[in-house]
Amino acid sequence: METTKKPEPFGDVSKMMLILSKATLDNVYACFILANGARMEGIEAEIFFTFFGLEAVNKKKLEHLHVATVGNPAMHMPTMLGGLPGMEALATKMMKSEMEKLDIPPVDEFLEMLSASGVKLWGCKLAKDMFHLKDEELYDDLDGVITVGDFYKRADREGTHMLFI
Amino acid sequence: MIGGVPVQVNDEGYLTDHSQWKREIGDAIAKEEGIEMTDSHWTVIDYLQEQHRNEVPLSVRRVGKSGVIDIKGFYALFPKGPLKTSSKIAGIPKPVSCI
Repeated sequence: METTKKPEPFGDVSKMMLILSKATLDNVYACFILANGARMEGIEAEIFFTFFGLEAVNKKKLEHLHVATVGNPAMHMPTMLGGLPGMEALATKMMKSEMEKLDIPPVDEFLEMLSASGVKLWGCKLAKDMFHLKDEELYDDLDGVITVGDFYKRADREGTHMLFI
Repeated sequence: MIGGVPVQVNDEGYLTDHSQWKREIGDAIAKEEGIEMTDSHWTVIDYLQEQHRNEVPLSVRRVGKSGVIDIKGFYALFPKGPLKTSSKIAGIPKPVSCI
């Protein structure tokens, strides 16, 4: 008689696969801190930069990412105020200075740190084509530009978790 | 008892009193973590202990900028979580940094 194979248990977290789909500073930092934090615990980590998330590895854009002041309830300000000129720049400046106080590096240095820590950085092919970007416009230490299917295939072991940011 | 020396450790195996630390203890903890200590490992341990004495909070970023070792090298020496493992070997508290 054939027995149905029991599903494998999820196991401890052995690999974190993060999908970054937005490039506001708050989302980018959340993603980078989660990836770096995994490596610090000896957990593998990979990031897939897709749609607007690709801006975080776009050389021209990555140093100029902003905090979203409109549509961000955690800003605790009326939406109309968030849309005023200069408001995003102010919030961004404040966030960057707070981050530096906590020893959290700016985006370009953070990318170097992630690479050096063994985090795999993948650009999304569809997003790259959509934004008409060339390889040389993307961060030099990117591990490659791949499709979503290629990324899923890298979830190759028990204890792999995937997170959409 | 670690490395033949009686010491006090917490639940996670970190020394609770750094003054009890001896090199043999560091060696024994490293072995448990699967690490064969070399001069490069000890250089990092010396640096961490010095930072601890000066009450400087530790982070991977700071270690990477210390001039003692870069981040890639740090991960190569202590692959299973460099800051945690090296702090444990150095007999200093578990770092609380996320960076």
